[in-house]
Amino acid sequence: MTVTPAIGQSHNTPQDNSIRERMNIVIVGHVDHGKSTLLGRLYADTGTLPTGKIEKIQAICKQQGKEFEYAFLFDAFLEEQQQGITIDTARTFFSWGGRQYIIIDAPGHKEFLKNMVSGAARAEAALLVIDALEGVRDQSKRHGLLLSMLGVKQVTVVVNKMDLVNYREDTFHAIEKEYREFLTQLNVIPQYVIPASAKQGINIIKSSPETPWYTGPSVLDSLAHFHLESKRAEQTLRLPIQDVYKFDARRILVGRITAGKLKIGDRLVFSPSNKTANIETIEAFNIDPPPTQAEAGQSVGITLDEQIFVERGEIATHDNARPLVSTRIRANLFWLGGRPLETRRPYVLRLATREVPCEVATIHRIVDATNLDDRQTQTTVKRNEVADITLRTKSPIAFDLYAQFETTGRFVLVDEYDVAGGGIITELVQDDQEDFRTEARERDSAWVKGDVGAEDRAQHYGHRAAVVLLTGPDVTAKGFLARKLETVLVAEGRHAYLLAPENLQRGLDADLVDTKPDEIIRRFGEVVRLLTDTGSLVISTTNALKEPMKHIVQTVQTLVNPIPVITIHMAKDLQGPQPDTDLIFAGPENFDDCTHQIIDLLKSRGILTEPPRGRADFQYSI
Amino acid sequence: MNHIRQLEDQSVYILREAYKNFDNLAMLWSMGKDSTVLLWLARKAFFGHVPFPLLHVDTSYKIPEMIEYRDRLAREWRLNLIVGQNKKALAEGMNHTKGRVECCTALKTQGLKQLLEEKGYTGVILGVRSDEDSTRAKERYFSPRDKNNEWDFRDQPPELWDQYKLSFPPGTHIRIHPLLDWTEINIWEYIKLENIPFLDNLYLDQGTGKRYRSLGCAPCTTPIDSTSKNVDEVIIELRNTKVAERAGRAQDEGRGMEQLRKDGYM
Repeated sequence: MTVTPAIGQSHNTPQDNSIRERMNIVIVGHVDHGKSTLLGRLYADTGTLPTGKIEKIQAICKQQGKEFEYAFLFDAFLEEQQQGITIDTARTFFSWGGRQYIIIDAPGHKEFLKNMVSGAARAEAALLVIDALEGVRDQSKRHGLLLSMLGVKQVTVVVNKMDLVNYREDTFHAIEKEYREFLTQLNVIPQYVIPASAKQGINIIKSSPETPWYTGPSVLDSLAHFHLESKRAEQTLRLPIQDVYKFDARRILVGRITAGKLKIGDRLVFSPSNKTANIETIEAFNIDPPPTQAEAGQSVGITLDEQIFVERGEIATHDNARPLVSTRIRANLFWLGGRPLETRRPYVLRLATREVPCEVATIHRIVDATNLDDRQTQTTVKRNEVADITLRTKSPIAFDLYAQFETTGRFVLVDEYDVAGGGIITELVQDDQEDFRTEARERDSAWVKGDVGAEDRAQHYGHRAAVVLLTGPDVTAKGFLARKLETVLVAEGRHAYLLAPENLQRGLDADLVDTKPDEIIRRFGEVVRLLTDTGSLVISTTNALKEPMKHIVQTVQTLVNPIPVITIHMAKDLQGPQPDTDLIFAGPENFDDCTHQIIDLLKSRGILTEPPRGRADFQYSI
Repeated sequence: MNHIRQLEDQSVYILREAYKNFDNLAMLWSMGKDSTVLLWLARKAFFGHVPFPLLHVDTSYKIPEMIEYRDRLAREWRLNLIVGQNKKALAEGMNHTKGRVECCTALKTQGLKQLLEEKGYTGVILGVRSDEDSTRAKERYFSPRDKNNEWDFRDQPPELWDQYKLSFPPGTHIRIHPLLDWTEINIWEYIKLENIPFLDNLYLDQGTGKRYRSLGCAPCTTPIDSTSKNVDEVIIELRNTKVAERAGRAQDEGRGMEQLRKDGYM
């Protein structure tokens, strides 16, 4: 057993054996400004490298006939050592002063920006390295901008290679002034700006006489001044639901709390479905006694006192502090995809555990990282660019503004198979459903429930409540198909009901003297909502509503949320663009076949199960 | 031990992401301390259940106690254990004397590849850690492998916050690494905290002044000089050692590990 040698003349606390906390730090900056060298030097001078590591690298260098560099200690790949650059982020471990640091060495080459971003996204603090001779360069700025977008708020700047400028104070101050001004525009204030030479070991682990004019800490000492993020638990609750398990008798909702706290007995609201229930237990394996509360950072499992249908992607909160809900968000986005980001191209948005198809509605401007100026409006965002955009999601999502909640205020965009961009939400953009959404939320919140829940009804009837909307121009026999579907479903023993919008005209809508299309749709939606609450399958056509089909479908969806709305489009032929619906029938002749296609779709969505007198097996009770 | 619970929470999150998003998922278990901690974390994540099969790529050269321990835990914890073996290579007489990297490639990499192909797994969970080896330090939590099982480290997908690579073209698969941020000491701290059963007669000094620090095949794994007789002593020893963990693993020498991992090794 060997003992770590004490570090001679160090002003630092010697390596402390008992670890109390851990922290992720990323080293960023322009290519060749000395990030890997700084990292290597930090390890070598603190005596924290494994025995023989330097000797091993020295031997490889000798064999290849080149000078030893500290950077080689962590540039693991042959190609990295041959080219003298870091290709991919390396995690290294470093314990000092009671903290276990994971130091992430990020590549500085523009080509590897996605690797830099991967490294920085994990970090709580950053060391940003600038070459004293070259000064502030493109990637110094781009990395600064990305750090602020990735949520890394603590930054210490290391002005490296001071040996190449003879440790001149004025050179250092000029760089410090320029970079501080840049960071100020991003609302980032560096904790320290340190003059250093990683190669010569100046101001790395202790203050050095070469810079008598510098009175601040060494790089090593500055690490202790980064503080751990602890405020998240003090925020209001955010628990994105990750999954629902039913391995045994327990039905457990799992997820990682991203903000706030929860305890047994708390009333939870799930957004965007607006369902509510109380926490009955907090489940855990091999913890005795079982926990009664939990807070931000923890991966938890909870059971509820009511059997409600909640699925991955919803955000659980307390009632008095719900997230925002919309289909439109404004965001700052950085793009890493090989193919440029385009408007009107389909992407998948992933926010916390929610996944939803989306498209870019508007690209407002491209932010030029090097001078933070705007470039003129474009229809694409190229690789490594940052842009201010508005996104439109296919269905409403729950989210927060990034300035208030980090985890639920950011998202990634997936292009085909790849995570291709990341963004932070700056604004909720109201869509035309906002008023209906508020109405539905307030109505659900005040709803007086009986003792029979939706789950009980579903068990009893052999299906979930749902809406089947038939859309399309006149004379496509929508009404005929709707009647046929109702007849077949009822013959199977289902609770299906055909609601023709015309049936409201002389009754419920009799007071509407002037035609108010929105009010007609609203009342129709509320009646559908009532019928679905009885557990029914509501079938309807849309012509009598006299509004654009898309608006009708969206409004019904908003008002009956979270009951599924299945849309079936009937067209005369398949000429021209077709609406985005669940099924499309063009000039159908065989209505039996159409009916069966709809029934198969209802089965595949888990809405219909075995007919009532059979054994009910529900997808959503997992 | 707050930092250990943080690691646990993160690994549990990753395991749950894997379980939710991969229909055909499996976990590699070599019975070593790391993959046993990983198995324990799965029991944490799924409340005592392990809802996917555990794969052991048996080279036939494992230390006998490891196999006994494997079968005992599989029974007690009701695991779905699947053992794979490159029988063809063994029949042709493959062993470490034909070259350590060659032997590892045939019996482990190829053995694993055969098992993955046969069962069509799209997600494989492994217990590799960043601090074991400098190529593992560059891994992602969700790391794609192409149709030939190869790792393209030059073009790894971005990994932003807690959003991982969950979709992939047919024929490829994803390696999932929930333990990347754990160090060797963290593993032992967790074993102690949770009282996880481990191969104590191999990992602890039994009075001979030696113990295994990393377990592999008997011919290529050597014990280290150590008098640590319990987990506390192991933790103290590791806090003070400057010898690399895998120093006793012969196949790592030179550039062995980079080549092995590029070709699909764990």
